[in-house]
Amino acid sequence: MVLLNHLINGISLGSIYAIIALGYTMVYGIAKMLNFAHGDVIMVGGYMCFCATVYLGWPPLAGIALAVVVCTVLGVVIERLAYKPLRMAPALAVLITAIGVSYFLQNAALLLWGSSTKSFTSVVTGAPIPLFGGQLTVAPVTLVTVAACVVIMVALMLFTSKTKAGTAMRAVSEDKGAAELMGINVNTTISLTFAIGSGLAAIAGVLLCSAYPTLMPTTGSMPGIKAFTAAVFGGIGSIPGAFVGGILLGVIEILAGGYISTQLQNAIVFAVLILVLLVKPDGLLGKRMSEKV
Amino acid sequence: MKKSLSMLLAGAMLLGTLAGCGGDTAADSSQGGSTASGNAFKIGGTAPLTGNVAIYGQAVQNGAQIAVDEINAEGGDIQFDIRFEDDQGQTDLATNAYAVLKDWGMQLSLLSVTTKPGEAIAPLHFEDRIFALTPSASSTAVVEGKDNVFQMCFTDPNQGTASADYIAEQQLGTKIGVIYQTDEVYSVGIYEKFKEEAAAKGLEIVAEESFTTDTQTDFSVQINACRSAGADLIFLPIYYTPASLILTQANAIGYAPKFFGVDGMDGILTVQNFDTSLAEGVMLLTPFNADATDEKTANFVNKYREQFGETPNQFAADAYDCIYAYKQALETAGCTPDMTAEELCEAMMATFPTITFEGLTGDGEGITWQQTGEVSKSPKGMVIENGAYVGME
Repeated sequence: MVLLNHLINGISLGSIYAIIALGYTMVYGIAKMLNFAHGDVIMVGGYMCFCATVYLGWPPLAGIALAVVVCTVLGVVIERLAYKPLRMAPALAVLITAIGVSYFLQNAALLLWGSSTKSFTSVVTGAPIPLFGGQLTVAPVTLVTVAACVVIMVALMLFTSKTKAGTAMRAVSEDKGAAELMGINVNTTISLTFAIGSGLAAIAGVLLCSAYPTLMPTTGSMPGIKAFTAAVFGGIGSIPGAFVGGILLGVIEILAGGYISTQLQNAIVFAVLILVLLVKPDGLLGKRMSEKV
Repeated sequence: MKKSLSMLLAGAMLLGTLAGCGGDTAADSSQGGSTASGNAFKIGGTAPLTGNVAIYGQAVQNGAQIAVDEINAEGGDIQFDIRFEDDQGQTDLATNAYAVLKDWGMQLSLLSVTTKPGEAIAPLHFEDRIFALTPSASSTAVVEGKDNVFQMCFTDPNQGTASADYIAEQQLGTKIGVIYQTDEVYSVGIYEKFKEEAAAKGLEIVAEESFTTDTQTDFSVQINACRSAGADLIFLPIYYTPASLILTQANAIGYAPKFFGVDGMDGILTVQNFDTSLAEGVMLLTPFNADATDEKTANFVNKYREQFGETPNQFAADAYDCIYAYKQALETAGCTPDMTAEELCEAMMATFPTITFEGLTGDGEGITWQQTGEVSKSPKGMVIENGAYVGME
């Protein structure tokens, strides 16, 4: 029963990691860059929903919609201003810029909202659901998170495999130059990727804050790093990989905390990551691609 | 085009930084506080005016300011000039803040508000021979081995012992769970003494769970462990931010044991957008009761509400007491503002262990200090009812 309880908590946490990891993996897969500002876009999403529901008194759904719209626009703007000028620059320059954007967003949030912690009201309300005659209880937000995660993953897979824009994304991912020659607008495709990734970040932000209801300017950093780990774990660039990696990471984290030590839980999570990468350097579901010279 | 865009971005970032600086200086000047006319004792202190534990810092600043204003308005021989610098509850910032205060010419110090910064700057006070009386940095390490650092609050071990005694005497729970923070000396200090005293009093601790700063967003593991161990009372020797999360998450899974906190729990009602109904029935030990009817407390509470629009917590009361304790000690020792910090330090070290101070905190027997700098006063049990602290019994 305790194990089951830990599993439920692990899947709940893992689903949030998975949604964030999907954003990471999309951007990496298509633009071939690590968007370290992703975690901070999550934080912005959380604050937007908080402002809409608490200061403006909007219903939760409107709050989520606002968060998604603001984050989508923010993602596209960040890409245009910070990353697009560096498209031809070495990968390291883009990486450093991403870290810069991350700090910029954190400090902007510090100026705008102050550093004191805010308590986030869950967007999912309702009494906890008892299972097995009350021996176990599941918070409604857990169910919503898991459902949202599965829906998003399936939608993304269908989008990239069935639609024209999705096909364009895969083409850009495989060979930017060739895709351009085939008449695909590379810039638009990358912007679209950032828009989708940041929109997902907003949803992840709202769900993260609903399940773990504190909000401060650094709220997104740790989950961002963990989700990046999850994406690498599952095989960065792969959509099902991000999903599997996220869920596994969450479950390992909670089980490590529950059965070994809450002190060492992060250390154990990262140790497992190292082991997996030693055995499978491309992650669980990563594709081994031969580099063209 | 590309260049101009990146220039624009760089400009925006630069602006952001500048705006940050601008904000800081504005805050600094407002922190200056009231200046007494003519010659006054310069009291300085570092406090988390922003950051995770800003509620404590602001309460201390406000409480001390009321005391200083009162004393300066009386126009007696002793006048104060007070200044707080922001440390955000962090050790490196506290060290910088201390340097700023020293340059300003601080003669007497309020050390820091939270424990970690206090442990960082207490040795500096010791070396520089500046006397310090902290309103709320409560670990024993703050005063240990430093003959010129004194405390106005209970020490951590003291809180742990008192909490266990209180729970045992009032028979609040039989199976006790503890959730504490291992990378916070304050929390560990209280927890260790609590455990010792609980064993002595025959309380059964069924779950001992811990977390660190890195893992303080998810408490599902700890809450589940307490629940499956059948804990009917959870002791939380932690600060209010993680405590507010624990209350929310326990409620989300429908687990409702009694919660018992220490002075770090104070402030939980002021977390923005926190559902205060979750804190109903939470108990805590604190040295100050804002509902007390004596004239001194009523006067302070009224002034505080008028000026700052909220009910003062114990941190404000401790800070208020610090200023009045300084006044009493300075009068007893016959000090004048033209004395150097070192001379004042010697005088205060000799005087504090000899005086009995009647303040807002503690009970009618008054507050005394040991030579080591530790305070002795009695705690009061409080419970949160209808979104306010009410005295127990």
